[in-house]
Amino acid sequence: MSKSSEHSPNSTIGKTSVSNIFNHKHLLGIAQLNQVEIIDLLDRAQKMVDISRSGEKIPPSLSGKTQINLFFENSTRTQASFEIAGKRLGALVQNMSVKTSSVAKGETLIDTAATLNAMRPDVIVVRHSAAGAVELLSQKVGCSVVNAGDGAHEHPTQALLDALTIRRHKKRLNGLTVAICGDIAHSRVARSNLMLLNAMNVRTRVIAPATLLPKGIENICAEVFTNMKQGLKDADVVMMLRIQHERGEGALIPSRREYYRFYGLDEKKLALAKPDAIVMHPGPMNRGVEIAPSIADGAQSVITEQVEMGVAVRMAVLDALVSKGAKK
Amino acid sequence: MSKTLIIENARIIDPASNKDEIGAILVEKKKIADITKGAAPGAPIDAIRIDAKGLILAPGLIDTRVFTGEPGHEYRETLASASNAAAAGGVTSFVCMPDTAPIIDDASLVEFIIRRAKATSKVKILPAAAITKDLKGKEITEFGLLKEAGAVCFTDGRFSLGSAATLRSAFSYAANFNMPIFNHLNDAGLGANGVVNEGLMATGLGLTGIPDEAETIPLDRDLQLAKLSGVKYHGAQISSALSVEIMHRHKLENDKISCGVSINNLSLNENDVGSYRTFFKLSPPLRSENDRQALVAGLGAGIIDVIHSGHDPQDVEVKRQPFAQAGDGAIGLETMLSAALRLYHSGECDLMSILRAMTSNPANILGLKTGRLKIGAPADMILIDINFPWVVDEDQLHSLSKNTTFEKARFSGKVMKTFVSGKEVYSH
Repeated sequence: MSKSSEHSPNSTIGKTSVSNIFNHKHLLGIAQLNQVEIIDLLDRAQKMVDISRSGEKIPPSLSGKTQINLFFENSTRTQASFEIAGKRLGALVQNMSVKTSSVAKGETLIDTAATLNAMRPDVIVVRHSAAGAVELLSQKVGCSVVNAGDGAHEHPTQALLDALTIRRHKKRLNGLTVAICGDIAHSRVARSNLMLLNAMNVRTRVIAPATLLPKGIENICAEVFTNMKQGLKDADVVMMLRIQHERGEGALIPSRREYYRFYGLDEKKLALAKPDAIVMHPGPMNRGVEIAPSIADGAQSVITEQVEMGVAVRMAVLDALVSKGAKK
Repeated sequence: MSKTLIIENARIIDPASNKDEIGAILVEKKKIADITKGAAPGAPIDAIRIDAKGLILAPGLIDTRVFTGEPGHEYRETLASASNAAAAGGVTSFVCMPDTAPIIDDASLVEFIIRRAKATSKVKILPAAAITKDLKGKEITEFGLLKEAGAVCFTDGRFSLGSAATLRSAFSYAANFNMPIFNHLNDAGLGANGVVNEGLMATGLGLTGIPDEAETIPLDRDLQLAKLSGVKYHGAQISSALSVEIMHRHKLENDKISCGVSINNLSLNENDVGSYRTFFKLSPPLRSENDRQALVAGLGAGIIDVIHSGHDPQDVEVKRQPFAQAGDGAIGLETMLSAALRLYHSGECDLMSILRAMTSNPANILGLKTGRLKIGAPADMILIDINFPWVVDEDQLHSLSKNTTFEKARFSGKVMKTFVSGKEVYSH
């Protein structure tokens, strides 16, 4: 494709007509998107950033629509981000707390889907601990479904917000070198990011101890490193992943202290990347485990900006899926 | 007194004697009374005559790995419903696994299965008894009493007996009673959280993989212990190319060992899992196409002895789940033969090897008189139309559960008639 990742001049958000480029019913993963659709979503999200920052009234494109946030896994941040995104666009947003619902009483995912479907929502945002669960649920409901993370499979809005953040800083995606460092084996963020970045012709690297690298990873990224110093060399973007507490207990990595020594991002290691490299993290961070506090809060960190982009991306996705002009 | 039965003009294939010729078979008093090449032997005037022109007459199939839901989960499958599926699939005997509720680990429960089978089943049901009490992998069961009650082999079914010390004593004690041990091969640690074959596909789907080594390490351990104890050992189901190599190596120096393969692993590969299709969630998992081809080659070379269906009925509740949470297993009694014939039609394996792995080989491992066309043997036989085209429709399958890996599959070849002890129990 000739067009890479430049802004499309005639982005359509805020206008009466809606772009016809993105015409999916669900957003289940980056795997379903091509380069043109990714650029379209990023352009829409950029527009959402501009409108949100301007203080002007945001067109209530989801007015009269019902959005259910169904989180089987706790995630205050992502759930809040989707909630704010929906509300900014005028949707009625209902959070379903799984801990207090019938799911905790043994109801199956399919039963839950049928029950929610009967309430006639327009979109359900789902997070689940099992890979494929969101796709399964999407087959059983009549409305749109957004994957807010399914097991170690995909987290598409995270990859989109990361790409938007990178694009704002680097003005492009094409040709950049992005190093993703951390628990690649168990990370949906890594998978979605690799798919998106590969689609945008980014040079992708992963960095992790061998115990946290899934089999076959070399087929879905350009370079694999077990030595972080080598992996960071000349990177434009350093994307750190969260180490789950339970992984630091000896089965896959011996200790958090050792992990930090070899795979934690500190000044010395970051100095190997390009001088203008940006540092990202999907949060929540373990300071002193995968990232030094001084880096997390430092000049190269764009971590809080990622959070802002998260709301914008989710606004764009919800708008593309369920606003009146959205194609189904 | 049952009438004399003559099946004539058939292409008689008997893997036990390597016979493949046109001829006729005479059945009297539930047994094969005569086998002739060419024209039919003389028979009483009122004998039932079946003209089997264009059909293959083969021994009835013996399926060494079948799960039912009786006792305990009769909504999944009863012995009777499984026997209907078996008859329709040309399976005249099957070994039922001990993973029921209660678990078949006691002589009285073996007797229960035999009694229920006699009362309700169209085909011969051979109970396997648990190796360890309650399938817990710790204390061995009463092998002698279980054998006397009618158990044909010992296995912990879905569970992989993993303690080398327990295995050693089970193997020695089973050898003592000349009874075969069937062990499922899945290392409890390496295979623990895995749900699909380890590799790029698992990584892409975000699912935890099961490495080949979760199978090859216990296989090699079992084979070393088998040699030590002299037991008749059967690696219940292998799935990887490396396991074929290991079997080959050990077979060079131990003629008491054998192994089986599920028809699913011979027919399908990991790509069939596609987008989290839980009907393809199996144990062992479907592996790569290279593995599948190695298994087929191992079958043709006689390194793999047995093809089984691994028939494992699961209800919708268990399968309509996120992949990692869904149950393992697929039904297969009714489709095993047709799926196996695909290997013949594709030129991947010769017909004799395919049939041998479902007839005389399992019969020899289990010490059965069936599985062969021989004068004096029980008249368990099937007629096969090797080119008959059909499409699998789950609603037409006889099993109470519909979790088939072959829904809408197009097959060439089907059983036309099934006979158990000379009695026709299925006709297409």
